[in-house]
Order: sequence, then structure tokens, then C-alpha cells
Amino acid sequence: MTKSAECKSLLESLSDYVDGTLSEELCEEIQRHVDKCQDCRIVVDTLQKTVYLYHATASEPADVPPNVRERLFRSLNLEDYLCN
Amino acid sequence: MSEKVLPELSLDALKSGDRDEFARLVDAYSGPIYRLAMKMLGDGQDAEDVLQNTFLNAFKHIRSFEGRSTLATWLYRIAANEALMMIRKQRPETTLTDTSLEDDEGEDYSPVQFVDWCCLPEDELLSSEARSRLDRAIQRLPERLRIVFILRDLEGLSIEETSQALDLSQTAVKTRLLRARLNLREQLSSYYGERLQNRSKAK
Repeated sequence: MTKSAECKSLLESLSDYVDGTLSEELCEEIQRHVDKCQDCRIVVDTLQKTVYLYHATASEPADVPPNVRERLFRSLNLEDYLCN
Repeated sequence: MSEKVLPELSLDALKSGDRDEFARLVDAYSGPIYRLAMKMLGDGQDAEDVLQNTFLNAFKHIRSFEGRSTLATWLYRIAANEALMMIRKQRPETTLTDTSLEDDEGEDYSPVQFVDWCCLPEDELLSSEARSRLDRAIQRLPERLRIVFILRDLEGLSIEETSQALDLSQTAVKTRLLRARLNLREQLSSYYGERLQNRSKAK
């Protein structure tokens, strides 16, 4: 396989690699490739970091502003539950 | 992805129209649904409309819920449809090509930015300015990629749950997720690459 074809084929497995769901064999293939391909190493590392950063922001509690909650309960005729 | 522990809800009670149980459902899921709508639409008023319509629809259709997915996935499905409908209403000229199943081929998503910004310190990667760039980057994704990314990477649904919520094959979910992530990586590389350059200039 040419280098660019190898890079392209690596790209297709990247999500599974980042999620830790890729087979051991393919993981090793990626490792071997990134050891000799600097650009792909950067893509793998920064993609992992990208996903990590979004996961970090999403692990914070998802709160509804009080006035939005109040209007939501009113729209559902559940205003008697608002004090909870 | 919220840390909040979700209460056990009785489906029978919900189906029989028990208001106590419905209020518990609303409190348990309004946070994640509102977040989905905010990330999808980027506007508080629109997100609030989607939030209200989601629970109005859930209330109306809970009796026909067959349990083929979890209750959470079912709610996400309603919310995703509401959000996509709102986007289409706002941009009536948008044809279905932007949200249809068939257009995952033919786009070039090869990486073009090769800046290694991983070494930036965590407080800079997650500064308030950086967080708003992270949000803006999501807004710039085409909506068919955006909704997959939000459900999978922000709300923490599995590939299978995401495919159930969006009526997509698991292969399509995986393809869109990869493209969304690669697109976001490009956008973040521009931003963090600049930060990196500024740091080395300052030294």
C-alpha cells in the first residue's frame, strides 16, 4: 500500500480507535503507521484530544434555567409541581 | 453524559396519565433535552420551544411507546426530530439533501491541519473562550453530522441508541460521527494552533 492509501485507510478506523472499540490487530496497525507518519500521529492525537474536550464539557450537569423550567411546567399544566 | 442519577420511572404510571410520574420524567430529562436543543440550535428561545414541544409530544404519545428503545432514547428521538424540524422551518430553501441518509459519500474529509496542539495546558484548552469556540464549532457542523455528534459524544448514547433515535443504520451513524469529529478537529486545530503560536511568540 502507498503511504497516502495507508493514511486514508487509517482514517476510516479512527473513531473506533478513539472509542477503544477497535480490534487489537488494527490498533497495532495504526500504532505501526503513526510511528513512521508524523502527520497521522498528529491527527490521531488531536482527534483524541478533541473528543476528550467535548466529553469533559458534557460531563458537567445539564441544568435548565429556573425561568425556562417554570415556563416548561406551565406549558404542560404541571405548575403545581413547580415548588419541587 | 450528565452525572445526574436518573430516577426509576414507572412506565405503567406514565401510560395511565399519572401526573406525579410525568413531573418526575420532566425533571429527570429536561436538562439533557435542553442541552441537546441548545447545542443543536444555538438559541435560547428556539431551544425552549424544542424543550416544550418534546414533552408535549411525549405526553401525547406515551401510550403508544412500545419499549423498543429505552425511554431516554425515545425522548431524544422526539427532541432530535423537533430540532431538525425547526432548522428546516427556519431555512425552508434547504432541501432534504442536508439531512437525508444518502449523502455520506463523495465528501472529502481528509485532514488538512497538522498542528500538534495537545501540549497546551488544560486550563487553556478549557478556558471560557475555548468553551465558546467548542460550542461554535458544533454549530458549524452540517446538521446531519451535528445531531449524531451531540447524541453520541455529548449525551453519551451508544451507536445503537443513536441509530434508534435517528432511524439511521449503525454504519451511517459511525460514518457521520467520524466526519463530525474530523470536522471539529480541523476547526479546533485552527483555534488552538493560533493559541500555540501566540504562546511561542510571547516566550
